[in-house]
Amino acid sequence: MDLRFSPEENAFRQEVRSFFQTEIPLSIRSKSIEGRRLTKEDMVTAHKTLHKKGWAVYNWPKDWGGCEWTPVQQYIFLEEMQSNGVPPPLAFNTSMNGPVIIQFGTDAQKKKFLPRIAALDDWWCQGFSEPGSGSDLASLKTTAVRQGDHYIVNGQKTWTTLAQYADWIFCLVRTDPSAKKQLGISYIVFPMTTPGVTRRPIQLIDGGSEVNEVFFDDVKVPVENLIGEENRGWDCAKFLLGNERFGIARVGISKMRVARIKELARRVPSGSGGVLMEDPQFAEKVAAAEVELKALEMTQMRFLAAERGNKSGKPNPATSMLKLKGSEIQQTVTELLMELAGPLAIPYANDEDDMIGHNEPIGAEWAAPAAPTYFNYRKVSIYGGSNEIQRNILAKAVLGF
Amino acid sequence: MDFDLSEEQQLLKDNVDRLTANRYAEIKTRTELMKSAKGYSEAFWKEFAEMGLLAIPFAEEHGGMGQGAIETMLVGEAFGRAQVLEPYFPTVILAGSALRLGAGEAMKAAVIPEVAAGTLTLAFAHQEPEARFDLANVTTSAKADGKGGYVLEGAKCVVLGGDSADKLVVSARVSGDRASKDGLALFLVDANAPGVTRKGYPTQDGTRAADVTLSGVKVGADGVIGEAGKAYPVIERTVQNGIAYLAAEAVGGMNALHELTVEYLKTRKQFGVPIGSFQVLQHRSVDMFVSVEQAKSMALYACVMVDEPDESERRRAMHAVKVQIGKSARHVGQEAIQLHGGIGMTMEYKGGHYFKRLTMIDLMFGNADHHLRELTKAGGLLAA
Repeated sequence: MDLRFSPEENAFRQEVRSFFQTEIPLSIRSKSIEGRRLTKEDMVTAHKTLHKKGWAVYNWPKDWGGCEWTPVQQYIFLEEMQSNGVPPPLAFNTSMNGPVIIQFGTDAQKKKFLPRIAALDDWWCQGFSEPGSGSDLASLKTTAVRQGDHYIVNGQKTWTTLAQYADWIFCLVRTDPSAKKQLGISYIVFPMTTPGVTRRPIQLIDGGSEVNEVFFDDVKVPVENLIGEENRGWDCAKFLLGNERFGIARVGISKMRVARIKELARRVPSGSGGVLMEDPQFAEKVAAAEVELKALEMTQMRFLAAERGNKSGKPNPATSMLKLKGSEIQQTVTELLMELAGPLAIPYANDEDDMIGHNEPIGAEWAAPAAPTYFNYRKVSIYGGSNEIQRNILAKAVLGF
Repeated sequence: MDFDLSEEQQLLKDNVDRLTANRYAEIKTRTELMKSAKGYSEAFWKEFAEMGLLAIPFAEEHGGMGQGAIETMLVGEAFGRAQVLEPYFPTVILAGSALRLGAGEAMKAAVIPEVAAGTLTLAFAHQEPEARFDLANVTTSAKADGKGGYVLEGAKCVVLGGDSADKLVVSARVSGDRASKDGLALFLVDANAPGVTRKGYPTQDGTRAADVTLSGVKVGADGVIGEAGKAYPVIERTVQNGIAYLAAEAVGGMNALHELTVEYLKTRKQFGVPIGSFQVLQHRSVDMFVSVEQAKSMALYACVMVDEPDESERRRAMHAVKVQIGKSARHVGQEAIQLHGGIGMTMEYKGGHYFKRLTMIDLMFGNADHHLRELTKAGGLLAA
């Protein structure tokens, strides 16, 4: 047993870190670190910079531009990316739709889509959830009816993240209404500009509108846009959902936030003559979060090490724990940041078009994103399989209930 | 980075798991030993010695195995799982660490081979009634006798394994105010030396302890551990070694208790179905699983950090370890009893034994609150 990183791994960390710090613009990284909203342009710039280096699709097979890194290298890459405030490669492209096309697509589809997915020449969004299908994804109702060379798609998707920027959408649709739940679903893709596609932004409690409703009204999709077999789309969905295993705990981001909280708490007045870090109750809450975070980091490394011996290709269900604990800690930490801001967190200044907001910053600049970030992060225990679903998975797959 | 055990370590783990599971297979064995004269089995102790367990952390030249924190962690996990009563923690881990880290060559050569061979048991007589968790808070006095020796005067309490130990490692103050880190000394004292009075008693977790009064106890120059007046770092490191071991023992106990609980939920039927079919109970047992995994991670972290040369880093890490262990142990213990219902309340069922030991582990050498406070004072775990 040796829990230290090897000299090669440390050199890799150094390489990655110095690339992030020199090549990704500081203006973008500090936005992430300070919790300010990134623009589409920021995300595209970061993605394209990573892509130029050959790192945007590090997780893909070598033939399609992947890096074939070890699990430890991937872990180091993600940790450095998160702790340096680097916006990750667009997940819809690189860890969702891309891998599905690599696994299930035809050669023609791979050639057509993958290079543009990797380069973020096309921005993709995910059409899975529907108003009636949250955790019970397979109950989805959007239909695709075959008419000659086309499917005619009708229905509605929701919680479609960043659909306002998207050029393409990958969708789960029901192609066989008579089949049982999972069996009649297909995975199809089409441009967001296809006639019949409309989008309505949903404003969230943080003030922003990162998610959308997307409506399909007789949308005509060529049959060649079916990925995998008709009625076997659930295989694609399962594959996609099982892919994201180690980034999900976002240990690096929480570490970065804790460091920032500690730094700020050493200069934010406590109101009684000192600084907030001298308030034992606040300081102990920070320390308690650090302990949980250290334990999670070690847990993640243990699971990662176990992964190296896992040749089955099946995800270790225990990794659901990383989502569970990781989301709890992310929420604790964003809550601490808001508590740190105290009354300075109260003013509402929206940075998007809004009925009541305006674009002028109010009060302390560092404190402005504290409450929106807190509100926004309530989502992390809901999306990607709610924490209750993660508990169901652990109960079944690990504890054998 | 790898978490794999070496072949030797795996062999040790298999052997100690098998032996302890076998010897403590019946809960009756434990409850009967609790009532026996010494409170543990001398026969089992001898077997542990034969397996080399008592020799693990000591240098080879003193009859030891020259091994480290990973090996004692494996023992701790096994002993926690089996709820072993023998005084491994007081003898090998606590007093053993004090000798290993503090004693001069002559004392080590005289005492450690006997410890490793299982012919000598020890206890760490450090806790005082008013000290709570402050390691420097020692009022027992040591007055120089002018011939290199000392005379000890004072009272120690809850000396783990102190009722039957052959020798005591006693902390006392040669100078300085109460609670000063300067002026502390450690002595190796024969438990039956004139002036030593021991009041032995059982503890909540089924082991034994003693309150020890020292009244004009004479210790020769050869009984001083290291340099008198400068013992605080040895005391602190002894306790840190104790925390690393307790973390492993707690993990062994928590793991077993969680398994027991899940098993129970699957077999216990109410309303015509196994109660484990109820989602609320499944989720609570999942949360226990998460607590156990977090504790496991910190027990491993303890192994890495207990020998960290940077004392500030080591100190903060060990505080963090005890915080997590205390929190996890309490959560898993309380939930296990609740999920078992009435059966969890009986001494006839192993669950309660685990719960009681886990509860006491939190109270030893600083509970979760204490270590969180100390960690906070030290500036936390991550660099800002």
